[in-house]
Amino acid sequence: MSDHDNAHDIQKSVKRYLFVFYALIAGTILTVMASRLPIESVALTVAIALLIACVKGFLVAGYFMHLISEKKMIYGILIATVFFFAGLMFLTVWSMDHNSLIHMAPNVP
Amino acid sequence: MDIPYTSTPRPDTGLFNAKVGIWLFLASEVMLFGALFPSYILLRVGAAPGDWPHGLLNVWLGMTNTIVLIVSSITVVMAWASLKMKDFGKFRKYQSVTLLCALCFLGIKSYEYHDKFTHYEVQLNDGTTVQVKDDKGTSDVQLKSNGVLDGHILERDADKLVIHGEIVDKAAQAKVTHAWQASEIPEVEITVKKADIKYMENYGPWHNTYTAIYFTLTGLHALHVIGGSIVIFFIWGPLAGMWKTDPERYTNRVEVSGLFWHFVDLVWIFLFPVLYLL
Repeated sequence: MSDHDNAHDIQKSVKRYLFVFYALIAGTILTVMASRLPIESVALTVAIALLIACVKGFLVAGYFMHLISEKKMIYGILIATVFFFAGLMFLTVWSMDHNSLIHMAPNVP
Repeated sequence: MDIPYTSTPRPDTGLFNAKVGIWLFLASEVMLFGALFPSYILLRVGAAPGDWPHGLLNVWLGMTNTIVLIVSSITVVMAWASLKMKDFGKFRKYQSVTLLCALCFLGIKSYEYHDKFTHYEVQLNDGTTVQVKDDKGTSDVQLKSNGVLDGHILERDADKLVIHGEIVDKAAQAKVTHAWQASEIPEVEITVKKADIKYMENYGPWHNTYTAIYFTLTGLHALHVIGGSIVIFFIWGPLAGMWKTDPERYTNRVEVSGLFWHFVDLVWIFLFPVLYLL
């Protein structure tokens, strides 16, 4: 929020906040509507729901938390967080593959 | 000696102390929830077809809570903007709405928890006959082996139980892959003798892996809502005098508490579709 120090900038930002607010409400309604579509594929349903959630998450983090215009040090902290979070997700997916390989292995007497 | 950079930014980073502190804290929070989301994925992917419940939660209540948190997020950021424009009166109004939204969120969540604690799965003895009352009238239905009822208890007396719900059809349940499909299953009034009940359990955290991860994720999130509300209330009320003595530092505190609140909203944005819709 540090780059928005004068009153004129803040007034301009307020309009942006309201726009983001309406977009978030619309995104929520869209998520519920999309979940009720008769889509057979579970993977596609999950992908649509998570895509909308990611867009909403970007709006909250980018504009309400001002990540779009933050200082380099904050980005540094977040890059480290993303690295470890990605590692955690990779381990999850890897362990799922690993398990399936074990299950598919032929029974050895 | 005063601690430096509590209200003015450090020249090299451009940040005041609390801002670095809150972002480091939020990074640790990402890892906390980041450990629970993969747990959810592993439990869900590992569940046998039909074992993972769909449509167990009320989508409209979940959607209302999402909107309530979004409203609280805009009021938090508007409260901070009001302080930047030196309008303390508006700040207090916006933060009052934030606190009301927090109470509303917790109220709805409590109602949902109560609903799960009064929702039962009832396993019956083989060959049990139950009385089913629907739009067409009342009829007796004999269940073969492993009969299961699912629903909320309407009446409970010495020898019988009346449940509003459904007779579980495991083959049909295995075909349900989306929450909306589960919501189309009609609910009826079922009367069963207590002597015919083999086992019954409510949908508390102990019931199955879904309810365990649901209560863990939403309970942890609700604790964050409670914690954030306490901080926002403290800054809004008991700490308000600081606005006169050190407005810059007061505004920074509002900003830092706001960042935490937005994070709480951000987590819910992902929890809502994952737990309610998929």
